[in-house]
Amino acid sequence: MEKQYCRLTAHEIRDALRAGDVTAEAVARSYLDRIARVDDRVRAYVDVWRDYALERAGKIDARLAKGEDPGALAGIPIALKDVLCTTVGRTECCSKILKGYRSPYDATAVRTMREAGAVFLGKTNMDEFAMGSSTENSTVQMTRNPWNLACVPGGSSGGAAAAVAADEAAIAIGSDTGGSVRQPAALCGCLGLKPTYGRVSRYGLVAFASSLDQIGPFTKDVEDMALIMNVLFGKDPMDATSADLEVPDFTRCLDAGVSGLTVGLPKEYFTEALNAEMRSKVEGAVAVLEKLGAKAIEVSLPHTPYAIAVYYIICTAEASANLARFDGVRYGYRASNVADVKDMYHRTKSEGFGPEVQRRIMLGTYVLSSGYYDAYYLKAQKVRALIRRDFEAAFERCDVILTPTSPTPAFKFGEKTADPLEMYLSDIYTISVNLAGIPGLSIPCGLTARGLPVGLQILAKPFAEETLLRAAYAYEHSRGFDMGRPPLD
Amino acid sequence: MAKITKEDVEHVADLAQLTLDEATKERLVRELGDILAYMDKLNELNTDGIEPVMHVLPLTNVFREDVLGESLEREVALANAPKTDDVYFLVPQILDTE
Amino acid sequence: MEYEAVIGMEVHVEIDTRSKVFCACSTRFDAPPNTNVCPVCLGLPGAMPVLNRAMVDASVAVGLALNCTISRWSKLDRKNYFYPDMAKNYQISQYDLPLCHGGWIEIDIAGQTKRIGITRAHMEEDTARNVHGIGSNESGIDFNRSGVPLLEIVTEPDLRSAEEVHAYLVALKQILGYLGVSDCNMEEGSLRAEANVSLRPAGSSVFGTKTEIKNVASFSGVYKAIQYEVARQAGILDEGGAVVQATRGWDADRGVTFEQRSKEEAHDYRYFPEPDLVPVVVDETWEQRIRESLPELPRARYRRFRESYGLSDHDAGILTSTRAMADYFEQTVAAGADAKKAANWIMGDLQALLTEAALDIGQCPLQPAHLADMVALIDSGTISGKIAKEILPEMLRTGKAAKALVKEKGLAQISDEGQLDALARQVVEAHPGPAADFRAGKEKALGFLVGQVMKATRGQANPQMVNEILVKLLTEGK
Ligand SMILES: [Mg+2]
Ligand SMILES: [Zn+2]
Repeated sequence: MEKQYCRLTAHEIRDALRAGDVTAEAVARSYLDRIARVDDRVRAYVDVWRDYALERAGKIDARLAKGEDPGALAGIPIALKDVLCTTVGRTECCSKILKGYRSPYDATAVRTMREAGAVFLGKTNMDEFAMGSSTENSTVQMTRNPWNLACVPGGSSGGAAAAVAADEAAIAIGSDTGGSVRQPAALCGCLGLKPTYGRVSRYGLVAFASSLDQIGPFTKDVEDMALIMNVLFGKDPMDATSADLEVPDFTRCLDAGVSGLTVGLPKEYFTEALNAEMRSKVEGAVAVLEKLGAKAIEVSLPHTPYAIAVYYIICTAEASANLARFDGVRYGYRASNVADVKDMYHRTKSEGFGPEVQRRIMLGTYVLSSGYYDAYYLKAQKVRALIRRDFEAAFERCDVILTPTSPTPAFKFGEKTADPLEMYLSDIYTISVNLAGIPGLSIPCGLTARGLPVGLQILAKPFAEETLLRAAYAYEHSRGFDMGRPPLD
Repeated sequence: MAKITKEDVEHVADLAQLTLDEATKERLVRELGDILAYMDKLNELNTDGIEPVMHVLPLTNVFREDVLGESLEREVALANAPKTDDVYFLVPQILDTE
Repeated sequence: MEYEAVIGMEVHVEIDTRSKVFCACSTRFDAPPNTNVCPVCLGLPGAMPVLNRAMVDASVAVGLALNCTISRWSKLDRKNYFYPDMAKNYQISQYDLPLCHGGWIEIDIAGQTKRIGITRAHMEEDTARNVHGIGSNESGIDFNRSGVPLLEIVTEPDLRSAEEVHAYLVALKQILGYLGVSDCNMEEGSLRAEANVSLRPAGSSVFGTKTEIKNVASFSGVYKAIQYEVARQAGILDEGGAVVQATRGWDADRGVTFEQRSKEEAHDYRYFPEPDLVPVVVDETWEQRIRESLPELPRARYRRFRESYGLSDHDAGILTSTRAMADYFEQTVAAGADAKKAANWIMGDLQALLTEAALDIGQCPLQPAHLADMVALIDSGTISGKIAKEILPEMLRTGKAAKALVKEKGLAQISDEGQLDALARQVVEAHPGPAADFRAGKEKALGFLVGQVMKATRGQANPQMVNEILVKLLTEGK
């Protein structure tokens, strides 16, 4: 059996390709074989682009043979969350209402990765329209946690996280509105980044909550994270909210170390609500950084208890408008033999959207409706300002903030689906980050006694991703243990 | 905040163009009620004189210049539509009341 | 009972940018259906709007021309409602922070100048076009118009009659035409007017229940619809009834307004700030740049035409009705023509010929300088006014200068004394009768003899001189 290139990181693949030790096609085959071997159990993918991937890989090999520069992501097998518009395959957001939808254009992020030589493997599973924290709201299938198939992978980018964790992709691209990259990364034991709002173009990312959404990558290590950030970040004229800032070469700032760095620990995050085992893992990580010369202090984010309420008002309000366009007129599902336009709208939406999506549309419509705007939406945007100030104040005193990514490790299927509020609360540590627009990275910091991954969340000031990477890289290289691999073989 | 009633749910569903069966209405009265009650905790905070956040980035005046770009071929534009006559998107007869 | 009508107008104007307000598709209205469309104006998943700078420039220009305050800081909002012509099922518009607010426009009504308050002017996007009767029971949708820039201009309830509303629309269209930001063609839908109409007892200051009149396709339609609605409401009130607050359409064929939507079914638009677009900040520099680029506006030009050219109100009004007409007049005067004469020729013969040829004065083939030359030829006596009227059509057709035409046709006036004296003698000999009559004191007979000389010269003889020479001839030796 041929070498398992699917166990390599992206930068290892890049180096092997450039050294001529391997071909992009062999790498692609290795990943496609891995998918064939394990995905019937993990179910990370909703669509695998076998022929496309091999053809792309062949082209990359041809360019390498000609001595051309095939780009920073040449031959790197990448999986895409089904929320990204692609001209290859379908773009369905794992929803019945977008069944069979083929996008006539590529998301800017997809285009730039392709131009950098990426080899896309296919589309990954997600909660319908990215609404959920366990990927159980997918209308396609249930993705399982590679570390324990009885557990959820987290969400909403559960498929993307599971794909990287199970070596079914070198890198995967998801989207993070309230933790949808970081939380599944933590539950699946890989790295996940939510960049500063505006760092990555949202053009071609099917919108859930426009003021919170950011595209974010999943990787196997910090160096790969830097690699993909170099390609994804940057101003896009098609996205008026993308930041017009220089993008540094993130691979150069990795080994700057953490000596002299101040690490803030928000007291509101380390309460009895936090599972003791998780707490000890996170504190272990803090100790590692202290040993490397970082200074740990306690900071306060006093408005943390209000974050979830603020988040679910803003994201559902924006979603209620963003999802209005799915009406059966220009694309997607339309209910059959409708009587008139109103009947078409009502039945198309009621039959096309799943229960969680309908619940959020209802909530968002309610908080915006006449008489309630000030009490809910406006109030939430004001408290959002207070939450931002909390972080500004905290970052006056520290360079990075460390928190758990999730209050619990991966949970069982159905464990939280009964009570939506209970499910919402599982995003408690990630949501404020989207509200404040700051960058957040989740990196594995150990396994629980039952062998489930635990995630450490590192936060920094807006556009200070370099600091995030510095801390993460230092930790990764001195944490003194190996996460190992999920028990799939 | 006023507790949410079945009539509220029906009104909101109509605004959102959703048709809900009785069971779903009952469920939503309960679920939205719980969630909204949870959200009322925001009223604990005095936010007088606080500028609401509309954008987390301090961006202003982002424009495109007035130049023509690529449009889609009609076939491409209509390709995903549930119903067309190859020229227009077709919908049930619209009675002009707008 | 005596009622006073209280009317406020909402006008939507399509702004003539090259590309749409949030995407790079063309705004051409006559393109084949669904060809000027893209992911943005079709509202495809993942597409995002980016504001067209030219739309902001044009909107600020209109705002300044309407004496509005330009907001230093304004934003765009989402207006949520479902309709098949609405690609995203929300319209990007401006809610609480419009780009322009607090202005006014002047109209002339019954010889008086009246100020109509402009509440606001805000930017938004147009909707797609519904095409009815496709097949038996279906409608078609053409998204070419989706995302065409619209400026919505809202007045205070300052209008009191259909006449005032008509005068307002004319004045507004005139200003927009001067600015060159819109062709304001109601038939093509590039200007759409809605009226909020209510009645109250004359002298009262409280507002009555209003109705909103929509879907009117012409200025005269608006006039008729308001006249009808005012009468309708008066009828209801006279019978002690109550006006129902509602949106009413205008049936041009039957000449009646009819209820479309009652207040109970009124929309709840759930406005909130558009998170995909950042705030628009128009600072002093930007505002000043636009202010300096503004042309002289109709009313200022009207006043100047009266004062510096001594034109009558009527003439000044006609000559400033459009920017092109006013420019043509001033270029003719600049080329040396007397203002009053130039005015008469432009408003009279030239306008008649242009109307006949279905030409706008902006496209007039006859150069203002050539018209000025023609006037000069009349002044110098080189040609008579009669000849000028004759050659004007050809000047317009060929664009040739008057001098050239006069020469090549030999139409110059004969003022040579000797030549005319000879002619006069021949005529007197040929017509002894009238000559004798004149000598006998019958003054009238002279006219006949002059006519004969004019006839012999195909009208080119200088009538003044012919007159003098004949008199001299017939009275000498007495
Ligand atoms: Mg409007
Ligand atoms: Zn377009």
